[in-house]
Amino acid sequence: MRQRRLALGPSMLDDVAIRVRQNVGIVTAVLLFCVLYVLYNLAHPKGFSSAVLVQNGDEIFALAMLAMAQTVPVLASGLDLSVGAVMTMVGCFASYLLTGTAGGAPLHLDIFGLHLSLGTFPGGISGILLGIVVCLAIGALAGLINGCVVVYGRIQPIIATLATGAVYIGIALFLRPTPGGKIDEDLNWALTNSLGDFAATVHIFDDGAASWFAPVAWIPVPFVLLVLIALLVWVPFRRSVLGRAVYAVGSAEGAAYMSGLPIDRAKIAAFTLAGFFAGCGGLFLAIQTSSGNADIPQAGAYTLNSIASVVIGGTSLLGGTGSAIGSIFGAMILRVISFFFRIFDIAPLLQPLFEGLILLAAVSIGALGVLRVRNTLELFR
Amino acid sequence: MPGAVVTQGAFLELSGISKRYAGVRALEGVDFACERGKIHAVLGENGAGKSTLIKIIAGVVQPDAGSMRLAGSDVSFATPSAANAAGVVCIFQELSLMPDLSVADNVSIASPPRRFGLIDARAQRRRAEQLLAEIGCEDVNPLMRVRDLPLSRRQIVEIAKALGKKPQLLILDEATSALTSADVEKVYAMLARLKSEGVAILYISHRMHEVEALADRASVFRNGRHIETFDKGRRSTAEIVQLMIGRDIATQYPPKPARTSVKPMLALDNLSWEGRLDRISLRVGAGEIVGLGGLDGQGQKSLLLALFGVLRGISGRVTVEDREVRPGSPAVAKSAGIALVPEDRKTEGLMLPMSISDNLVVASLDAISTGPLVDRAKESEAVKRAIARLQIKIGAASDAVSTLSGGNQQKVVLAKWLMTEPRIILLNDPTRGIDVGTKQELYRLMRELADQGAAILFYSTDYDELIGCCDRVAIMYDGRIVRELEGDELTETNIIASALNIDAAAPAGTGAVHA
Repeated sequence: MRQRRLALGPSMLDDVAIRVRQNVGIVTAVLLFCVLYVLYNLAHPKGFSSAVLVQNGDEIFALAMLAMAQTVPVLASGLDLSVGAVMTMVGCFASYLLTGTAGGAPLHLDIFGLHLSLGTFPGGISGILLGIVVCLAIGALAGLINGCVVVYGRIQPIIATLATGAVYIGIALFLRPTPGGKIDEDLNWALTNSLGDFAATVHIFDDGAASWFAPVAWIPVPFVLLVLIALLVWVPFRRSVLGRAVYAVGSAEGAAYMSGLPIDRAKIAAFTLAGFFAGCGGLFLAIQTSSGNADIPQAGAYTLNSIASVVIGGTSLLGGTGSAIGSIFGAMILRVISFFFRIFDIAPLLQPLFEGLILLAAVSIGALGVLRVRNTLELFR
Repeated sequence: MPGAVVTQGAFLELSGISKRYAGVRALEGVDFACERGKIHAVLGENGAGKSTLIKIIAGVVQPDAGSMRLAGSDVSFATPSAANAAGVVCIFQELSLMPDLSVADNVSIASPPRRFGLIDARAQRRRAEQLLAEIGCEDVNPLMRVRDLPLSRRQIVEIAKALGKKPQLLILDEATSALTSADVEKVYAMLARLKSEGVAILYISHRMHEVEALADRASVFRNGRHIETFDKGRRSTAEIVQLMIGRDIATQYPPKPARTSVKPMLALDNLSWEGRLDRISLRVGAGEIVGLGGLDGQGQKSLLLALFGVLRGISGRVTVEDREVRPGSPAVAKSAGIALVPEDRKTEGLMLPMSISDNLVVASLDAISTGPLVDRAKESEAVKRAIARLQIKIGAASDAVSTLSGGNQQKVVLAKWLMTEPRIILLNDPTRGIDVGTKQELYRLMRELADQGAAILFYSTDYDELIGCCDRVAIMYDGRIVRELEGDELTETNIIASALNIDAAAPAGTGAVHA
């Protein structure tokens, strides 16, 4: 039947049907998030207010970035166990580089009883911008190293990143043996509140009082950042030849090779981009908490939650299908579940149980395709 | 070399090309040429060297010796993309598509149309639509994922992908094997158009009627050598079959017992699966070795997998000793007394890093266990017996099975199954990549097992082996059993003719290549 309908020529309706069928995982995740979030706001005494949105946006951002980070290697059928470590390490760097001290901040390091002075890092606005760039570059560099170890060391991604992740945590512990450091207060305020607060802090749009600005002033800054990063980094990557090669490698590496695609470059790019996204998450977490903290359990939890987000967002762990956008929604679903615990006063100890059940349900839906396999040997390939 | 080609105006010229794989000769001193505007068929049995030939031309493998000239200048392609860049494009048997990407993505994968540095999805889609229209298959929506297309449509996409590379020399390796007959006509029309545009076309097919309909010229390969090249109509079908045979090696086979009436052990009635197996009915008696013949990929492997419970959604009846069985999994098949020596011993037959003894007992753990525990004494006893019975050459039984030679590994696979004392033994090309000595041991063992009352179903790509070992051979074509050969009928000529699904038993001349 379907064949006949297609034979009439590719109509718009068919195109839409095909796109929905192909993105059923993402669509499900988006719908599930919407339902959960509306329910949450209905139950919340101050639901549907800018304050609640801002608070949620701050809580979601870092995990959403890590979910995006995890998506890229997964698409190339690898797993990156170092995303949490990269986040933590970049956060520790940020707690040195984003102090915003006027006239610059002296950089010094106390290791093994040595007092090393590393010069002065510039302060002020330009110093902060430079600090952000350096932090993101550190994240991308960590990812690049992961990619090179995987490609040139011919080591499986899961074990390569387990090792490099430990190294990155080690660096973070060197930098911040105990939580500390400082982040510029204005930067903290500007990025973790609404657009109106942002404009007021950086003195644009009449300090946010411009009449045309009012309708959007309630939007949380982290939400805007998320959309910007998705649109300016992920979407172009997905439509680039390299991004296409990442999907191709995850789908059928042999066929990708036979088609003359740059397989090695694609894998390195996937891990580098993962490092960049993880760096974004670490940077924000540091800004949000105004400190650097080499928190090992937190790094591990973020890594595992990023994998869960990827799966809930409809990306196959086998690679080749899915999208970082889906993973953002996967991360938001995980977070909204924890919000419910606050609203309904459920014992927080139950939270892992519920998160686990949701993850199981999501994975089961993805596994339904197994029932269609006609040659059971294919299940093992 | 007889019938050397006139090489004036040749577009592609190979001279003295040789290639060995791990000491096994695949091609030996091959001279070959093809011209623009001609469709050139390459013919030969399984393993005649056709695949190696095109892999060398397409840059997938490098020859050990010899040179290649394209349009008058020396070339050597290090990768498939280098060959593509020179206009040499190959449509391989194993599809080179990425199943999770869309048709449009796949068609333009090598060099997608770009806008501002990014892939232009709309242009890419138009391009896919155009190329599909050139083949006459507008009904494939370029947005569809390749994974969701049936095999026949995937092959069309593969052809569209090749066309998009603007080939000067197009190689089709069994590229129509999965197509529906309507699509085959469309592909023929497309090839005729390319030919008129001056493209050189190399066409590898096992389907003689296709070759008759399409080819302007044909070359026959045998045992890695180029035997003869002739123009359309110069050779009859029977003569071509003769050229393809002509083997020189003589292997010793154990004598076949006189044919007596046997009681059927395994009976299949109208077995069908997913359009790959088509109403197969077959009897295998106790004490009988029945061969499965035909060209590669006509459903023989699927048939064995179906009997062993690997395939889902099978229709038809399977009877073992008058009792109907429904093999739903290999475990069920095993308990029904069925054993399978699988196609790929390295992935499906053995657990390579595990020890020889672990591999030997893995299918018969019940027999050597008391309660939940494996009885070490029984285990080593069983292992010793198996090694002695098949004369497996080993250092110690605790060595990893990967340390054994191919022939001894295959013996371990067989010994593993013999421990389950099977009534029905399915063999999937068990002598592939095995030395002659071990082959002969396996032949003897097969006959011995049959004499002890087992029913053996034996798939082999080697026709000589089928003739030497089997009491009866069922030839498969396109998922069906087209002929059963027995006794005096069991000749190479008959096997090849049935495998090609042509009637070569007719007197020479009547089956001519469109004389």
